[in-house]
Amino acid sequence: MAKDKVRSQKGAHGIGGLKYDPSKRTRPQELNVFMALILIVVIFEALGWMVIGDSFLFNTRENVDGIFNVRRLRIIILQVSIIGIIAIGVTQVIILGGIDLSSGSIVGATAMIAMSFAQVAEVNGQPNPKGMFLEQGWVDLPVLVPVAIGLGCGVLAGFINGFFVAVTKIPPFIATLGMMVAARGVAKWWSKGQPISFPTDSYATIGSGMTPVVLFALLAILFYLIMKYTVYGKHTYAIGSNEDAARMSGIKVDRHKIIVYTIAGSLASLAAIVLSSKNLTAQAGMGIMYELDAIAMAVIGGISLSGGRGSIVGTVIGALIFGVIISGFTFLRLDAYYQEIFKGGIIVGAVVLDQWRQQRAART
Amino acid sequence: MLGEVILRTEGLTKHYGGVHALEDADFEIRKGEHVAIMGDNGAGKSTFVRQITAVEQKTRGTIWFDGREVNFAGPLDAREAGIETVFQTLALADDLDVPDNLFLGREKVLFKLGKFSILDYRGMREATEEGLRKTAVKIPNLNNSIRNMSGGQRQCVAIARTATFRSKLTIMDEPTAALGVQETEQVENIIRTLKEAGEPLILISHNMRQVFDLVDRIIVFRRGRMVADLNKEETDGQDVVAYITGAKTQPQFADKAA
Ligand SMILES: Nc1ncnc2c1ncn2[C@@H]1O[C@H](COP(=O)(O)OP(=O)(O)OP(=O)(O)O)[C@@H](O)[C@H]1O
Ligand SMILES: [Mg+2]
Repeated sequence: MAKDKVRSQKGAHGIGGLKYDPSKRTRPQELNVFMALILIVVIFEALGWMVIGDSFLFNTRENVDGIFNVRRLRIIILQVSIIGIIAIGVTQVIILGGIDLSSGSIVGATAMIAMSFAQVAEVNGQPNPKGMFLEQGWVDLPVLVPVAIGLGCGVLAGFINGFFVAVTKIPPFIATLGMMVAARGVAKWWSKGQPISFPTDSYATIGSGMTPVVLFALLAILFYLIMKYTVYGKHTYAIGSNEDAARMSGIKVDRHKIIVYTIAGSLASLAAIVLSSKNLTAQAGMGIMYELDAIAMAVIGGISLSGGRGSIVGTVIGALIFGVIISGFTFLRLDAYYQEIFKGGIIVGAVVLDQWRQQRAART
Repeated sequence: MLGEVILRTEGLTKHYGGVHALEDADFEIRKGEHVAIMGDNGAGKSTFVRQITAVEQKTRGTIWFDGREVNFAGPLDAREAGIETVFQTLALADDLDVPDNLFLGREKVLFKLGKFSILDYRGMREATEEGLRKTAVKIPNLNNSIRNMSGGQRQCVAIARTATFRSKLTIMDEPTAALGVQETEQVENIIRTLKEAGEPLILISHNMRQVFDLVDRIIVFRRGRMVADLNKEETDGQDVVAYITGAKTQPQFADKAA
């Protein structure tokens, strides 16, 4: 039966004598990225034994059960899950052929604004010393209020990004750079630079424990399916691949761009809500450089900066690679400086690799 | 046996800044009629197509389609009104595969949910195979991205795209430019099928033999202007060349084209 199908395909599409063997499909990019992840883990494992005489991946403590070092694995995924949520949105923007530099600042602004509506009235029997809206009585609000306001911030910021990119046709790099600066300004202005703390219990549960990981996983699955199986996904790839062709084919390119940037903004603000909840506080400097980390995750995951190619699966693996590297550096007790230098290196390396892949694809 | 006018333009003009790419084109095509547009490179042929299909917004002029004046806001409107076009640039998304490209902008869906409608991959694939069979286009692997295909195969995909959907008017901008002998013949057969079915066609081509084989009427563009409107029976290759190069201009266009 299966064999019959193969034969009929050959019959239908064999081009003038050329044979096509469907069993020999090109290896998906995601698989390469996954192998890179395994390779990096193996390298850290080896370095661990060589440099500090301990295992990176496996449990070496007598007083703990289990084969793997579960604590480290947890930290790795917890560490990347919040920026990972941002990266899911950034991935879509990059596939669209754009770039979003504003995510980190949207995190800052959203965290401040959302947190200010999530505060409790009293701390230890005293009026909340950090309460921003004590006078107005906007304290102890149901959790839905700060969440909705927070998401609203992201929707608005993303919409503005998309609007400028689509309607004024300025390069996405510039449009989102403007938003990056402006949103950071909003974050600082909101409480005149003061941190905002003491959220309600219900707000504090959003980012507690492993919920960020669960959220990241659910969103990754959701957007993986959306990108693969819906018109939205198809049009995103089409625009990133050839914007003129997409327009000539009748896709409403401008409207679509606005939607994609808006989704990216919303995901950044969701990350902000989770982050501020997890930290129980919001500061104007929150999320600085997150945009670059998110872009790095996507690029490491094989999302082509020239648009049209890559998938959310790639980004998720890219995020894990990112987490493993950071955790590995800490594990090897290397200074944070090295981490950043190395991070810069892998971002450039991943882009070089992508260029090289494209040139090779063009040659064959 | 020609029917009523399906498309008419009056004073259709397009300027790109200072470049007068198309000036005052008065054009008409009837149901069932096949018309060729010829002219040298840069004569404004593709520009004319882009104005009709609203890929660009015209500088001025009026367009009537299917009995009423139209002002398409974009290519989607033109397509929905019933104009199918093979653009010279082909308008293919390189990273997508054949079925994706065939249905780009009008995907088959299983479940309607606006932008988030679920794609009917299976239906699109089957329709693609059907469409390719009809056009006798040979492509080894439908799931290959278009990027990896030969120029001719890409062109075939673009042609199959218009042939798969019913239309009131088909426009082909140099559809056989990159095709081999056999493939050219196939495309010409598709065009003959359209003729038999009474579907009108605007064919842009530099191939004199092809034009004389296929169409009823030949329009010549020169430096952005229409300079001749010739019945195939009343002209020949040399005559057409004279109009293309500027040795001749028909009297009714002479004042404008001066
Ligand atoms: N977007 C644009 N901006 C400026 N000038 C343009 C633009 N598009 C086309 N032109 C100019 O308009 C003129 C007509 O171009 P057009 O593409 O219509 O030619 P054509 O008749 O289709 O030629 P060919 O046979 O080479 O396809 C050319 O001089 C071209 O340079
Ligand atoms: Mg042209």
